[in-house]
Amino acid sequence: MIDLTTFLLLLSAATPILLAALGETIAERAGVLNLGVEGMMITGALAGFAAAHATGSTGAGFAAAALAGAALSLIFAVLTQYLLTNQVATGLALTLFGLGLTAMFGKPYEGLKAPPMPGGPLGVNWIVWLGLALVPLVWLFLNRSRAGLILRGVGENHDAAHALGYKVRAVRVAAIAAGGALAGLGGAYVSIGIVLQWTEGMTAGAGWIALAIVVFAGWNPWGVLAGAWLFGGVTVMQLRLQAAGVSFPVQLLSMAPYLATILVLAVISARQKYARAAGGGAAPGSLGRTFHALR
Amino acid sequence: MFRLEPRASAPLWLEIATPVLAVIATMIAGGVLFALMGFDPVAAVRTIFWDPLFGPAAGYSRPQLLVKAGPLILIACGLAVGFRAGIWNIGAEGQYIVGGITGAAVALAAYPAAGAWIFPAMVVAGAAGGWAWGMIPALLRNWFGASEILVSLMLVYVAQRLAAWMAFGPMRNPEGFGMPGSRNLQQYEPASNPEIIAGTGIHWGVVAALLAVLAIWFLMSRHIRGFHIRAAGLAPRAARFAGVRPNALVAFCLGLSGALAGLAGLFEAAGPGGQITDGFGSGYGFTAIIVAFLGRLHPVGILLAGLLLALTYIGGELAQLMLQLPAATVQVFQGMLLFFLLAFDTLTRFRIRRGRRA
Repeated sequence: MIDLTTFLLLLSAATPILLAALGETIAERAGVLNLGVEGMMITGALAGFAAAHATGSTGAGFAAAALAGAALSLIFAVLTQYLLTNQVATGLALTLFGLGLTAMFGKPYEGLKAPPMPGGPLGVNWIVWLGLALVPLVWLFLNRSRAGLILRGVGENHDAAHALGYKVRAVRVAAIAAGGALAGLGGAYVSIGIVLQWTEGMTAGAGWIALAIVVFAGWNPWGVLAGAWLFGGVTVMQLRLQAAGVSFPVQLLSMAPYLATILVLAVISARQKYARAAGGGAAPGSLGRTFHALR
Repeated sequence: MFRLEPRASAPLWLEIATPVLAVIATMIAGGVLFALMGFDPVAAVRTIFWDPLFGPAAGYSRPQLLVKAGPLILIACGLAVGFRAGIWNIGAEGQYIVGGITGAAVALAAYPAAGAWIFPAMVVAGAAGGWAWGMIPALLRNWFGASEILVSLMLVYVAQRLAAWMAFGPMRNPEGFGMPGSRNLQQYEPASNPEIIAGTGIHWGVVAALLAVLAIWFLMSRHIRGFHIRAAGLAPRAARFAGVRPNALVAFCLGLSGALAGLAGLFEAAGPGGQITDGFGSGYGFTAIIVAFLGRLHPVGILLAGLLLALTYIGGELAQLMLQLPAATVQVFQGMLLFFLLAFDTLTRFRIRRGRRA
C-alpha cells in the first residue's frame, strides 16, 4: 500500500513541521514557550521565496528564510527575556505580527513562480535530508553535549542554573533564535519546496501543529520525527483521497490534519498527566515561566 | 546598567497611561514604516486614526465604527475573563464562525416562515454553537490535560473549513445560481439583524456588546465567581484552598467566551455580513485578543480599546482607498500595538532602577 513514491511524498509533507518542531523543541527544552512559530514560519516562507526569486537560487532563499525567522524571534527574545513579558501573549503577538507583515510585503510576489529546487538523492531535495539529519544531531546536542546539558538545566530549573553561574538569559536568547531559524527554514520549504509560489497565510496552521507535535514528542527529537511523519501521512492520505475523487467534501477532508492534532494531543496529554501524577512527566520544569534574577 | 525591580502594585495613572503610550508608540513606528515604504507618514497616520471620525467622509465611516467595534467588544469581554484566570482561549475566531453557522442554520431551516420567534431562536442557537465549540478545549483540558491554547486554535482551522463546506454544500442558496454562500439573511426579514437607529450603525450585536460590558463588570467586581477567577489567575494554589474548583472554572471561562464569540458571529451573519460564505471568519476573534489586552482585561478598557481597533479597521480601508496603502497594514498595526503594549506593560509591573543592586 505504501510504495516508495508515497513515502517520499510523506517525507516532503512532513518536512516543514519537522523543522519547525525541532526548533521549538530546542526553545522549550531551554524553558521558553514560543507560540510565535506560525509567525516565524510564514515570515520564513516569504523571505525565502523573495530571496530565491531575486537570486534564482533556492539555497539563498533558505539562508534568507533562516535569518528572517531568527530575526523575528529576537523580538520575542528581547520582550520575554529582558522586559519579562508574558510568553503566551508575546508569542501570540509574534504570530499576528508575522502574518500581517507578510500579507503586507508579500503582495508583489503573488502569482510569481519559485525557481526550481535542485534534486538530491532519490529525487528528494536536500532540505528534506537536512531535516532528517537534524533529528539525531539535535538529540546528540541536547543529550550528549555540555552545551545541551546547560540548556536543559536552564529549562528544568532556571533559578538553580543561575545560582550555578550559567547565563540563563543568554542561553534562552540563543535557543529562541535557533528555534526561529528552524521555523523560518520550515516555512521556506512550504513556499519554495512544496507549493512553489507565495500566497498569503500559506503555512495554514503548520506552526501550531508543530507546537502540538513538541508536546506529542515528549520534548524529544525522535518523538518529533514520529509526530511529523504521522502528520505527513495524514496530509498525503488526505491529498490521495481528494485526487482519487472520493465522494466526500474536500473541505471536510482538509480538516483531517487539525482533527488528528487535537486527537493526538488529547491522548498524549492524558498519558503525560498520569506520568506527572506518578512523579515523572516530560515537560521542562521551568517551561513558560519568566526568569527574573533578583541577585 | 538598568535593573527591573518588581512592584507590589502599580499606581492607577500608570495602568491608564501604558495603553495610551503603546498607541502613540505604534503610531510613530507605523509612521516610520510608511516612510520607509515611500508613503507620506503624517498623511497615512491621519487617514487611519483621524479621518474616519472627523475627515470629509466621516458621515459614512462613523456608523461603521460601532458595526466593527460591536463584535470586537463582545468577544473581548469573554476572553478577558478567561485571561484573568490564566485560561487561554485563543480560538475565539472558531467559536465566532460556528456561532454564525448555527445561528444562520435556524434561520435557513425556518425559511420562508414568518414569526417573531425566529430571531430570538437564532440568538440562542448562535450562543449555543459558540459555547459548544468552546467546550471542546475545556473538556479536553479537564479530562486529559490537553492544552486549551492549541486545541482552541486547531478548532479555528476546523471551523473555517466547516464554513467553507456549509457555503458550498448544505447551506448553499438554492436560488443563488450555483454561487457558494447561503441565502442573504438581510433579505429575510424575520431573521435579519438590521440597524436599530438609522445612521448610527447600532444593531443588536452592539446592544449585546454594551450589555456584556456591564455584565462582565458585575461578574468580575461584584460576584463571588469573579473573585474566584481573579484569585485563580493570581495564585492558583491559594485559590484551590479558597474553594475554587479548577475544572469548573475552565469550563465556565471557555464556555462563556465561546458563547459570547458565537453571539458575535450570529449578529454578524444576520446583520452586516448577511450570509455564511466560505470566508465567513474575518479575524475578529484574533483582533479581540488585542482588544482584551489593550483594555487591560477591564470592561471599560475593553470598550475603549474595541472602539480604537474598530477605528484602525475603518481607517485602514480608507487608507487603502485614498493612499493605496496595502490592505494588510491594519494587521501589522495591530501586531505592533500588542508588542508595544506588552513592552510598556513592563513599566507597570516593575520599577526601573539604575545601578546593579539596591
